[in-house]
Amino acid sequence: MGRLTLGYFLRRFSIFLVTIWLAATLIWIIPRLAPGDPITAMVGRMIRQAGYVENSDIIIEGWRERFGLNDSLPVQYVRYLGNLVRMDFGYSLAYFPTTVGEIVGRALPWTVGLLLVAVTITFFLGNFLGALLAWRGTPKLVKYLIPVGMIFTSIPSILAAIFLLYIFAFFLDWFPLTGAYKAGMTPSLSIEFITSVIHHGTLPALSVVLVSFGYWALGMRGMMITVEGEDYMHLARAKGLNPLYVLYRYMIRNAILPQVTAFAITLGTLVSGQVLVEYIFAYQGMGNVIFSALRNQDFPVIQGTSFILILMTALAVLIIDLIYPLIDPRISYERS
Amino acid sequence: MATTNTSPDQRAVDSALALPITPKRMGRFNRWDTPWLNRKLLTGAAIVGAILLIGIFGRLFWDTDLAFTASSPLNLPPPGFVNSRGQEGTWAHPLGTENSGRDMLALMIVGAPNSFMVGVVAATVGMTVGVILGFSAGFIGGRLDDFIRLISDVTITIPTLMVLIVIQALLPVIELSTMALLIAAFAWPSPTRLIRSQVLTMRESGYVQMAKLSGTSTFSIMFKEILPNLLPYLAASFIGNATGAILAAVGLETLGLGPQRVPTLGGTIYFAISGAALLRNMWWWWALPTLLLALMFIGLLLINLGLDEVANPRLRQASR
Amino acid sequence: MTTSWNQPPVLKVRGLKVYYETPKGDVLAVDGVNFDLFKGETLGLVGESGCGKSTAAMGILQLVTPPGRVVDGEVLLEGHNLLGMSEQALRAVRWIKLALIPQGAMNSLNPTMKVSAQIKDAIIAHEGKQANKGIKPRILELLTMVGLPGRVYDLYPHELSGGMKQRVCIAMAIALNPTVIIADESTSALDVVVQRVVAQTMLKVKDALGVSMIMIGHDMGLMAQMVDRIAVMYAGKIVEIAPVKEMFAEPKHPYSQLLIESVPSLKERKPLKITEGITHDPRNPPPGCIFQLRCPFVMDICRVQPPVMRETNEGQLVACHLYPESVDGSLINVADVARNP
Repeated sequence: MGRLTLGYFLRRFSIFLVTIWLAATLIWIIPRLAPGDPITAMVGRMIRQAGYVENSDIIIEGWRERFGLNDSLPVQYVRYLGNLVRMDFGYSLAYFPTTVGEIVGRALPWTVGLLLVAVTITFFLGNFLGALLAWRGTPKLVKYLIPVGMIFTSIPSILAAIFLLYIFAFFLDWFPLTGAYKAGMTPSLSIEFITSVIHHGTLPALSVVLVSFGYWALGMRGMMITVEGEDYMHLARAKGLNPLYVLYRYMIRNAILPQVTAFAITLGTLVSGQVLVEYIFAYQGMGNVIFSALRNQDFPVIQGTSFILILMTALAVLIIDLIYPLIDPRISYERS
Repeated sequence: MATTNTSPDQRAVDSALALPITPKRMGRFNRWDTPWLNRKLLTGAAIVGAILLIGIFGRLFWDTDLAFTASSPLNLPPPGFVNSRGQEGTWAHPLGTENSGRDMLALMIVGAPNSFMVGVVAATVGMTVGVILGFSAGFIGGRLDDFIRLISDVTITIPTLMVLIVIQALLPVIELSTMALLIAAFAWPSPTRLIRSQVLTMRESGYVQMAKLSGTSTFSIMFKEILPNLLPYLAASFIGNATGAILAAVGLETLGLGPQRVPTLGGTIYFAISGAALLRNMWWWWALPTLLLALMFIGLLLINLGLDEVANPRLRQASR
Repeated sequence: MTTSWNQPPVLKVRGLKVYYETPKGDVLAVDGVNFDLFKGETLGLVGESGCGKSTAAMGILQLVTPPGRVVDGEVLLEGHNLLGMSEQALRAVRWIKLALIPQGAMNSLNPTMKVSAQIKDAIIAHEGKQANKGIKPRILELLTMVGLPGRVYDLYPHELSGGMKQRVCIAMAIALNPTVIIADESTSALDVVVQRVVAQTMLKVKDALGVSMIMIGHDMGLMAQMVDRIAVMYAGKIVEIAPVKEMFAEPKHPYSQLLIESVPSLKERKPLKITEGITHDPRNPPPGCIFQLRCPFVMDICRVQPPVMRETNEGQLVACHLYPESVDGSLINVADVARNP
């Protein structure tokens, strides 16, 4: 195994901080480049949707005051960053006096849980099938069957979600249409509740798995073919090692390394896809929160949920980056 | 031996292929053995091309004004089907209509190129920026390289959709072009990284070194020696980028954050979901845009896989 | 340890043919190779790039991968034909009987495994699982034998220099005390000084263990100091085999002559006699002798009839129409079983 050096850790950690800072700044700056201010824009949208909003001027003024939009831009920016550091996103406009933190706190575990399950299945299934596709020892039949399962690859997960919802929930009625567990149930560790969670989570998780495992399979196949051509594969075969051992220790072990890097890079897309899937299934995670906040023009909630998701993604990438030198012995040396 | 990194078999084949080919063979070789004529690539291009043709020529045969609200009867199914109110579909609206009186066929004809446009614009802008940054980083190196690498490493991991949701939720008006440019703002890191690493590899390669020794200028090395060899990679990266951009656009549109003035496929899905099309069993409403988008993505994937094989001959061999 | 000429050879290669499939027909990379390898002997297989010497090695090792395939021939290792053996039976022979010191040692070690683990897995694959207590001293001893410090045990390949990696490969090859070791251009990627030291290590170890060795290379000068006999290969065929002394004193085949005249020396400046590359299409060799297009002494018969191997003097065999008479007037030795002269 490799080792984790302090220099490497510091470099990765500063990338993490820069990521968060950059995303937060973009979120703050771009809307302010547009004519008008965000609050007027929001109320404007409300008016367009609702037809007429009473006392819109007063609402705008009130919100401008509360958001401190009358201060100078630098002051606003510093205060904004300060609030983010304290994880203070203010109150929800639609469900005042609930704080954004509370709303996020309720939704986040569902999203993280579903995402962890879906992404783990995707990564291992995809890479396993990709390895089989490239391996010489795989039966021909399997090699023909795997690509058939990959027709959904690269389709947006939201489209797959709609199809699955229609076929398995609406048409066949095998799975529930909405929610993360049966309505009226109180979350507990009972078998009944857990079964319900699995039952409700299957289709959302499947939507993510179906559309992305093929991506990993293709990537893994490509890497395996590259590894296959390496000189050390020749030697491994000349040594008369067990083919399964060669597959695992020589081929997969080396081919998976770039896949782990790719995993960190595509995590953002995965999170985005998952959020949309949650919205289709009205799953009580972050996606649903974002969608109802969009409908309610509840800007603090939109901002808070998005920021937390960006933060979680960056954190996950950081963790992968820190694990990486442990699985690739060459990494810690490249930097020194 | 000059090529110590290839396997012995590969080398034997290489040296075999390096032999003079007679002129007669040469002609055949060039015409049919080009890697660009690859089955995946052609199928993908055909699918995407067909969707585009529907968008471009469809408006010659079908009245696209029917894509406006209240231009048609409400909730009609395609002909031969019956909706929940017992109404039968008519040939006046061969793909049915939705709940605010828009003709589905007109929506598809207008919407498909719009969704595609976002992808092309965002990918073109992202690609251009990526080529410039990638070449600068790879060729100039030093501090500039460190900086470009840091910024692209950072940007690439940000979940783009989350940022765009916040931004678009706050923008008063969203045009198709605004959305394309916003997406493009996050579409440059992956071409930048790709081109940087390829330039670094090629810079050390024999033929570029030779060009340098013979006094060719850096600029002409970049464009005459390196760029042509990057073409398949660039093409694959472009398609990948366009796919990603359309993905982001569809995501925003289905959340109701797309352009308000023009119909898009994602926007149609948004209305179908908010109009409870699933529960009302109005499959034509949600299934048509979903299918069309799915086809578009499958086409783009096939193009990308084909280009991958063009760029990487080993994959080509293995797929035989 | 001296070579045992009077015992039957440990390795007999007969009529070995390895072809590569290309869109425009098969490339005849190895086209009927015959030779014997005796116990304790080092045989040098020499030829220019693309002459098929590495492919021949892969054919003997049964490691030819598509688009290449072994078309015909026999590889008799201690009397057992490796061709046609099941993959499982082959695995049992590999490394115990037949080991490889690979070409391009830079990439021949698995980058994600420690040196010790890569030697260990070969031992375990053939001797079964065993306690680390027994294996570790064994591996350390192997490392010492090839002149590596004990700390290499815990290092990863990227932490080693090119020469050290090559020594690791040698240590790996001798781990199970094989009957035959094939060293495939094992020193070509190293710089000249390291090359010599590594080659000497290889021979020292070989002598200590009494294994037979096939050394593949293109450097006649280096070969001269390393091997007992030299086989010269051209375009998929062996054109001459002779003990080193005879080969250098009196090379018979025109191609061998060209190769040897081109060995640089300090005493005199010599013009480079040899031109590069095999001149014919290897998919479609000309009838008659394969060397006819480059041969300075080409005769009419060379264009029609392929020459057969004849023993011109004791132990020196050549396939050339310039030498129609064998020592005793007959076709000798390997040619008797060769299916394709």
